[in-house]
Amino acid sequence: MAGVIAARRRKQRVFRWAVLVVLGVFFLLPLAAMLEFSTRNSETWPLLVNWPKLSDTYPDLAEGIVSSLEQAALTAILMLVLLVPTTIWVRLRLPKLRRFVEFLCLLPLTIPAIVLVVGLAPVYAWVTYFLGGSSLTLVFAYTILVLPYAYRAIDAGLSAIDVKTVAEAARSLGAGWTTVIVRVVLPNIRSAVLSAAFLTVALVLGEFTIASLLNRTNLQVSIELLGKSSATMSVAVSLAALLLAFVLLMLLSLAGGSKKEQK
Amino acid sequence: MSGVAVHLEGLRRTFGSVHALDNLDLEIAAGELIALLGPSGCGKTTALRVLAGLEDADAGRVLVGGKDVTALPANRRDMGMVFQAYSLFPHLTAVENVEFGLKLRGRRKVPGRAAEMLELVGLSSHGSRYPHQMSGGQQQRVALARALAIEPAVLLLDEPLSALDAKVRVQLREEIKRIQTEVGTTTLFVTHDQEEALAVADRVGVMKAGRLEQLAPPADVYQQPASAFVADFVGLSNRLPGIVSGPIISVLGTELPLVTPAAAGSATALVRPEAVHVTPDPEGGASVLTSSFLGSTSRVTVTVGETLVVAQVASSLLPSLTPGTPVRVTLQPVPVALDLSLS
Amino acid sequence: MASQAVAAPRRKLRGTALLGTVPFFAYVTIFLVIPTLVVVIGAFAGDDGGVSFANVKALTNDYILDAFGRSIVLSAVSAVIGAIGGALLAYALVTSKAGGVLRRVVTSAAGVLAQFGGVTLAFAFLATIGLSGFVTVWLKDHLSIDLYANGVWLFELPGLILIYTYFQIPLMLIVFLPALDGIRPQWREACESLGATTWQYWTRVAGPLLAPAFLGSTLLLFANAFSAYATAAALVSQGSPIIPLQIRGALTSEVVLGQQNLGKAMALGMVIVVAVVMGLYSLLERRTAKWLG
Repeated sequence: MAGVIAARRRKQRVFRWAVLVVLGVFFLLPLAAMLEFSTRNSETWPLLVNWPKLSDTYPDLAEGIVSSLEQAALTAILMLVLLVPTTIWVRLRLPKLRRFVEFLCLLPLTIPAIVLVVGLAPVYAWVTYFLGGSSLTLVFAYTILVLPYAYRAIDAGLSAIDVKTVAEAARSLGAGWTTVIVRVVLPNIRSAVLSAAFLTVALVLGEFTIASLLNRTNLQVSIELLGKSSATMSVAVSLAALLLAFVLLMLLSLAGGSKKEQK
Repeated sequence: MSGVAVHLEGLRRTFGSVHALDNLDLEIAAGELIALLGPSGCGKTTALRVLAGLEDADAGRVLVGGKDVTALPANRRDMGMVFQAYSLFPHLTAVENVEFGLKLRGRRKVPGRAAEMLELVGLSSHGSRYPHQMSGGQQQRVALARALAIEPAVLLLDEPLSALDAKVRVQLREEIKRIQTEVGTTTLFVTHDQEEALAVADRVGVMKAGRLEQLAPPADVYQQPASAFVADFVGLSNRLPGIVSGPIISVLGTELPLVTPAAAGSATALVRPEAVHVTPDPEGGASVLTSSFLGSTSRVTVTVGETLVVAQVASSLLPSLTPGTPVRVTLQPVPVALDLSLS
Repeated sequence: MASQAVAAPRRKLRGTALLGTVPFFAYVTIFLVIPTLVVVIGAFAGDDGGVSFANVKALTNDYILDAFGRSIVLSAVSAVIGAIGGALLAYALVTSKAGGVLRRVVTSAAGVLAQFGGVTLAFAFLATIGLSGFVTVWLKDHLSIDLYANGVWLFELPGLILIYTYFQIPLMLIVFLPALDGIRPQWREACESLGATTWQYWTRVAGPLLAPAFLGSTLLLFANAFSAYATAAALVSQGSPIIPLQIRGALTSEVVLGQQNLGKAMALGMVIVVAVVMGLYSLLERRTAKWLG
């Protein structure tokens, strides 16, 4: 058989693997190099998993890790509290405001973090005045930073169900607005809320710009600081942080993927 | 302009363990419109795509006008093709879509020909519209004009109506029939809709598991199905118990001729609703269970003892056939097929 | 009359409904709108608080223009390289089996790597092609190639371009893949049945259809690189070759007389560039949605 179509498939396969191999090397090489670099000193990795000793040797790093974890958790909570009820409420009761809310939520995409810092500096002067200079106050800025991504995730979840009809059905059965939101709409967008939270955690763990320029600390700031004193340790922590983000976002995308397959 | 003959010879194609084409032979006469009909997965679309050159066959030959085109790529086979939907290029207007194939060939008088084709499909005034500005039916008309503009040797229609509304579907299939008769291009029309196949085709090929079960004019396929599968797939059938003896089967007291001979004994006959007559009769031994109005004709379900029989009746008779009415059931003595799957 | 009677309570209802959005709007006002206004207004404010165009005029200083220029070159080059690499990768994935393992793994990995900016990325490249990096040492030992024979370019524009490519290619894959998926197989088949060669298909159908999406994605990549700060900040400790680093300089040492608000003017300049680019992007995106949606 001539196999005209089969010949094209073969050509595409060759092209596919050529591209994947070339880019694969480009993308895996730095990761391999990090592994090689961080194992040049055999004590680096054992120290990294030994928390008491680590926080003893590198108190700044330990503080950064703890701060970042706290910031991630608090930002996720604040984002959810702020965004979820508002988006549901706007869809149900104020559909005319939806475009405006969307505009506000997506606005941070056109404002680079470095620019946001410039504008946030005077605002944070007040934050420091009222709440002190704790690194946890970064949560306010981070909530703005994650707004576009979290909004898109939640909005996609709400678009997938017909919120209005679901709410009308619940209200015709005698449910009040609180019941509608908490017991009817929320359970239906659980996976969207979860992915918004995941994204938030991943973004906050990788944040450097705002923390560094507002003179607060977090994981990335402490890694950068560490880079000046202990190169191997900083590379090891970088790799660990990267792998953590990898696992987190892989989980997220696999959860999203399996959800799509069910449809 | 008249078409050329097409010959598919011993085509085989397997996807994994599924035989999409199982030694398929099909001859399409010059200028003929053949409809391939069958359930999804029967291989009808694969047959069309192999003919178009969009799919390789594992074995077999494709002859167009006596010439072997099996080894030719799709772009050198000279086929016009209409797809199920969304095949128009979205960045081109209707007229630019129609001109596309002509320009590739460097033909002169391109605009004239394109306008002519749009007129043929009744869309002269829509030439400057983009696909997203047209309805599904209009898009399919443009797709037809585009396929015919290059004066192809063969026209291939791959379920061209299945994405359209019922009303547009009927309208457009009449139009396809008219245009095909007018230009006389040899045509293969693939569909899973039996009504559509019967309405447009010169001959209907009913396919099952990669093989042709029957290839015959529409009336023959309907009235003399070659197998139980054909009888079942084309049109609606009652499954009625009967006794076979010799060339006839006795069903509900009526003797009906058999399409294909069968062994004597009890069997299930496939009887069309329009071959069942129902008349009010207090002594008839049957009674109406339900009746539904369908427009010019109506459908009545009758119980004869344990058996349910569906009959098609003129709607004017419906008032006399209310549920509970005692009736008599008679069968028209037309040839019937047996359902072999139950025996 | 009746309509008025209905309208009145409804308006009141709308009022109470608005109350539900107060926390959100208040928060966004404080932490997003006010900072934005601070930048915009500050850019036109003198040190004494009055209106002044000194800061905006100062943007035309050679060193600031140079920084803007380098930022634009860095963003444009890394966007174009990223766009081409990402588009090739996206096409490679589209030709693979739909919903296959390969596609899912690569898109998930791209999702991670596109976010992988910042300090960790800088360190990754330091470990790879830094002065004592894995590749640098290996090349020197095994092939006697000195990566830095002509000077250490890692901490300058070429190095930044290389490193930015690392997150630009995955980002391109993510934003361009949906457009490629929007290309229907029927179009290629229709083309072939009409007699088009592969070349004609790409130049007359697929190319024009994908052009807006490709261009739009490239613009998005540009904005992404233009806004990036952390990688460059961690890598470059001396001098401020690109505009985000100039802003860092202005923020950390707001002592130069008469330039207290220069940082805000530069920030405003960045916002304008990004806003223009994103505006063009959304225009092209709309076209793509119409064709390939």
